[in-house]
Amino acid sequence: MAAETPTRTLIAPTEMNRRVGRFLHRFVLTATLIGFTLAFVFPLYWMASGALKSSSELAAPTPTLVPESFHPESYTDAWTHVGLGHFFLNTFVLALGAWLTQLLIDVSAAYALSKLRPVLGNVILGMMLATLMLPVSALLVPTYLTVVDVPILHVNLINTPFAVWLPAAANAFNIFLLKRFFDQIPAELLDSARIDGAGTIRVLVSVVLPLSRPVLAVVSIFAVVGVWKDFLWPMLVLPDEAKQPITVALNRLAEFMPANQLLAGMVMASIPLLVLFLIFQRHIIAGLTAGSLKG
Amino acid sequence: MAGRPLPTSPARATARDRTPVRDGAPAPAGASGPATKKSLDRGPASPAGPSTRGGAATGRFRRRVRENLVAYLFLAAGVICFALFSWYPIVRGILLGFQQVTFAQPAEWVGLDNFRRLFDDPLFLTAWKNTGWFTLLALVFGFAAPFATAVVLNELRRGKAYLRMTVYLPVMLPSVVTMLLWRWFYDPGPGLFNNVLDVFHLPPQQWLESENLAMVSLVLVSTWANMGTTTLIYLAALGGIPGELYEAAELDGASIRRRLWHVTIPQMRFILMITLLLQVIGTMQVFVEPFVLTGGGPDDATVTVLLLLYRYAFVYNDFGLASAMSTLLFVVLGAFAGVYLRLTRSKG
Repeated sequence: MAAETPTRTLIAPTEMNRRVGRFLHRFVLTATLIGFTLAFVFPLYWMASGALKSSSELAAPTPTLVPESFHPESYTDAWTHVGLGHFFLNTFVLALGAWLTQLLIDVSAAYALSKLRPVLGNVILGMMLATLMLPVSALLVPTYLTVVDVPILHVNLINTPFAVWLPAAANAFNIFLLKRFFDQIPAELLDSARIDGAGTIRVLVSVVLPLSRPVLAVVSIFAVVGVWKDFLWPMLVLPDEAKQPITVALNRLAEFMPANQLLAGMVMASIPLLVLFLIFQRHIIAGLTAGSLKG
Repeated sequence: MAGRPLPTSPARATARDRTPVRDGAPAPAGASGPATKKSLDRGPASPAGPSTRGGAATGRFRRRVRENLVAYLFLAAGVICFALFSWYPIVRGILLGFQQVTFAQPAEWVGLDNFRRLFDDPLFLTAWKNTGWFTLLALVFGFAAPFATAVVLNELRRGKAYLRMTVYLPVMLPSVVTMLLWRWFYDPGPGLFNNVLDVFHLPPQQWLESENLAMVSLVLVSTWANMGTTTLIYLAALGGIPGELYEAAELDGASIRRRLWHVTIPQMRFILMITLLLQVIGTMQVFVEPFVLTGGGPDDATVTVLLLLYRYAFVYNDFGLASAMSTLLFVVLGAFAGVYLRLTRSKG
């Protein structure tokens, strides 16, 4: 595809078509293809295949490129005996809940700010966006103390999934992205829906949301990926080992697990995100560039 | 002295707890409950109703109020979340730095005591030095590598989609997995890296165990894990550079290197500036790398600001000391961002 696009880049087409240019292009192309595969794909292969090796093969001073003997049972052992399956499901619940709360809370907030336009709406949006300026770690301790004893309600969220879900929903970036997208939806569309007798919620559900699928996809992916990858926060707020996600459990168990089972666990922790990426590549890249160029 | 804060500070704390929230959400949410229900029921009928009964002005006013109540009902959950987990912690974080906090007793004001204790800790200076060193190294690798990669990828005519995908793969790995994977690679015994060095007849390295190399090893992992994002951002920006600029430069006889210098880089200036700023702010908060790979060792060579902050708060349970540290980090990063933005703006 890229070969046909005529957009002019740093190197002129004429330079590219000269003999030296063609040779150089082919050379650089091969070098990057090999280099990138070695640097970014090979480690993943090494991890997945390492889990298939026997413990003695893994400990051998010279590693083997292809496992000498296949031991897929280290995957099942890690899943059941070490209990990684349990931690995997914990992560799944955390990610699913974070996804739902973020969609529910951030979409309705963005809808209010964009379409219902309350008095002081812009002040609130500004206060939300201001939080993006703050380094995350500056809020680590006070947010932790807030989760331990939520003001007014005086409940302790430690060891409950809400400790992960609710702070994640306070996501100014999501609200900003959603609001900007909602802003582009013409007011006439909403007005005509209103004239047809649709209420505020009805307009949101049957007019705004169906039109916003691309941005909803971006927000969803980042919500799931963010929680799935996270380590420090779940480690702090879920000290009960039975409730921890797989990332925290892996780090805790790393010293005690046989190497091949640890590797199997690492593969399991990564697969959902890798699959998600392979399916939604385009959305992820779109979200990445949209966010960064505007932020 | 000790007697006075005890009775007053809990009262003060709860008053402070309530203010940000009450301003924002629960008040309208609580008050609007019944009102908005009405408005939803009467919604379609309302334009005709009030105008026939009273003056048009009061009708319009009433409708505005009702619309606002509905809007705030939609906003309520978001505002509550922000108030509890963002706005309130910001205020509290600053206050905590001047308090002594234990779970057993209510917080007590200690003035600048926490800061004084920070400066007395010999690890404090080490942590800042290490973090600065990490940030500097991360800039050398992490700033140049994605830019060079993006420029090269942008020139390639084939395999772009594949290359773009592979460079982003590590970003999708959970950070703990990345660290555990690299710890295995760095292993001085059966580790992959020393085996590769051996193939080229180079001496094996003590990657994570040597004081000189440990930080470099951490920067390598960090760059590997994070360069995908920046590369894709640069690629998108490169795609937006108008081709005519290159054509004009070529007609003027500019070589490829001069075109890169006089067209590509100036066109990318804004995005390069922003990523540089974000990268410094991000790398100054490095945590997972030293936490999982070295635990701060060898001989405190990889103790970073955030690792020390973590120890203060969650190992020693000294939240006041940790908050003083995060206040300092915030001030340093804020000052850096301010100076940086001013410098770059005045140039342009």
